[in-house]
Amino acid sequence: MEELKRFLIFSFCSEPETLGNLQWLSCYLTTIKHSELYKSVFVVLLLLAITAPVSLMFGFGGAMAARSRIWVINGFGRLYIAIVRGVPDIAFFMFFVIALDQALEWLRHHTLCPDWSDAIWQGNDFVVCPEAKMPLSAASQWVHNSYSFALAILTFSIVFGAFAANVLFGAMRAVPGAQIETADAYGMTRRQTFWRIIVPQMWVYALPGLSNLWMILIKATPLLFLLGIEDIVYWARELGGSKTAKFTSYPHGDLRMWYFLALLVFYLAFTRISEIVLDRLMARLTFGQAITGGDSQRAGKT
Amino acid sequence: MTCLDIIADYGLRSIGIGERLLPRKDFTLCHQITLIGSGMIWNIYFGTLALLGGFFFSMVLALGKASEHPLLRRTCNWFIFIFRGSPLFIQFFFAYFAFVSLKGTFSIFTSFTSAWLGALIVLFCNTAAYSAEIFYGALKAIPRGDIDAADAYGLSRWSRFKKIIWPTMLRLGWPAYTNEAIFLFHATTLVYFSAFPTWQQRGDALYYARYFADKTFNPFVPYPILAGYFIILTLIVIWIFGLMNQRLNRHLPQDRRISLKLRLNLIR
Repeated sequence: MEELKRFLIFSFCSEPETLGNLQWLSCYLTTIKHSELYKSVFVVLLLLAITAPVSLMFGFGGAMAARSRIWVINGFGRLYIAIVRGVPDIAFFMFFVIALDQALEWLRHHTLCPDWSDAIWQGNDFVVCPEAKMPLSAASQWVHNSYSFALAILTFSIVFGAFAANVLFGAMRAVPGAQIETADAYGMTRRQTFWRIIVPQMWVYALPGLSNLWMILIKATPLLFLLGIEDIVYWARELGGSKTAKFTSYPHGDLRMWYFLALLVFYLAFTRISEIVLDRLMARLTFGQAITGGDSQRAGKT
Repeated sequence: MTCLDIIADYGLRSIGIGERLLPRKDFTLCHQITLIGSGMIWNIYFGTLALLGGFFFSMVLALGKASEHPLLRRTCNWFIFIFRGSPLFIQFFFAYFAFVSLKGTFSIFTSFTSAWLGALIVLFCNTAAYSAEIFYGALKAIPRGDIDAADAYGLSRWSRFKKIIWPTMLRLGWPAYTNEAIFLFHATTLVYFSAFPTWQQRGDALYYARYFADKTFNPFVPYPILAGYFIILTLIVIWIFGLMNQRLNRHLPQDRRISLKLRLNLIR
């Protein structure tokens, strides 16, 4: 049977029917199918690792655009922040992935097959020529997987980029005016003031907002499931459902409750660790700053 | 078939009144607006009840968190951490499957597995935890002078709480609580998206929006309609909470009143 294959070998696992509880569990949790669940935990971590810096970049761009004095760029930046923040949560995720997918296929359709005569929207169907399909229907499975993963990252980044843009925009304005006036007095240009005065000093004002965003981002990762990726939620449902002895060497009842309890604990632990790390980072950043946090640190030291 | 007929057929579809079958072809704009609007009944139901119940529970939690009794404080802290520290999405899944398992042993839990009760309980606990954190912060932000003044007047502990601490706590926490309320209404869209099954296709607004997006392959109509409904709902919530905010601030001079400042969050 397939379940007898495993990624971690224990000598006693060859006949699961005869095992005691603890041994059964250790065998059960090391089957190949379970390695998919563990892999999807890494997918979540990977998503966080990629999305956080990318959306920070988007946010930085958005905040810079919203500060711009050219009205087109300014308007674009403000619109970007306003639209994403105004629309209710997951509707955005649902909408965005389909819209992005269709937009890509539409663009490819127009460049790759210009002499295609049929309409793209045929009543209720969205039809593009086969060459414009994203990804190509002949492509292998991993291309499909990584394409949907990339779309997910892009969606997350655009949404969280807008939130980060809002935080950074506020932080840039929170840098004390005296600092900027001093920079002006030294004859710095607007660009120099921005890069040398505002950007290095804004982080301490941005960090509370950004760490809040990070917490929200962690809690948003189960939405990968909605974007059609086989993530932890998918595998927890898949593996937890009751199995009869006909299909597996490890028959069990409905364990989904326990799987989701494990996910709950995973998220709680992750949140707790992030909290501790971010508190330390904040203490590091406030050190020596002319704000209440920095003052109280000094008072504590001396 | 005019639009009025469609409204008569599908206006209350989400609670099982009217046409039994959902439209299968020839979707008009009227179909989409009516059905998605009909689904909003569920969003309003979950949001309003969870908010009302959660408000009182959050007071208990906030006071418990501020209490000096270590066991009480720790229990409240844990409750708040569990519901604020994990995704609502996972909470729904866990609660649903937990109720399903419990149903096997105790038959009382049968109705807990349907969304109207089970999901409501999760939302109730969730919003109570988030609001408790807000009101706890407000409790800690009450000016010392107010409490000193109450003591100077010789108020008893209970009347000091009722006349000074509680109203001030509400007043200070109110702008953040408004955001929490809006956020909760947005979060109600997760109910039918996670584990809780829809019965006879009676779903919420997102359920119908998704139905149309799946059938027409065109997300550009149903989702903006959904967004439109939520913007209207948000405006109504802001209006109601703004009235309450005015009442809470009515004793203060204009320039010391706290105004509502909108800060929306994305996902809980």
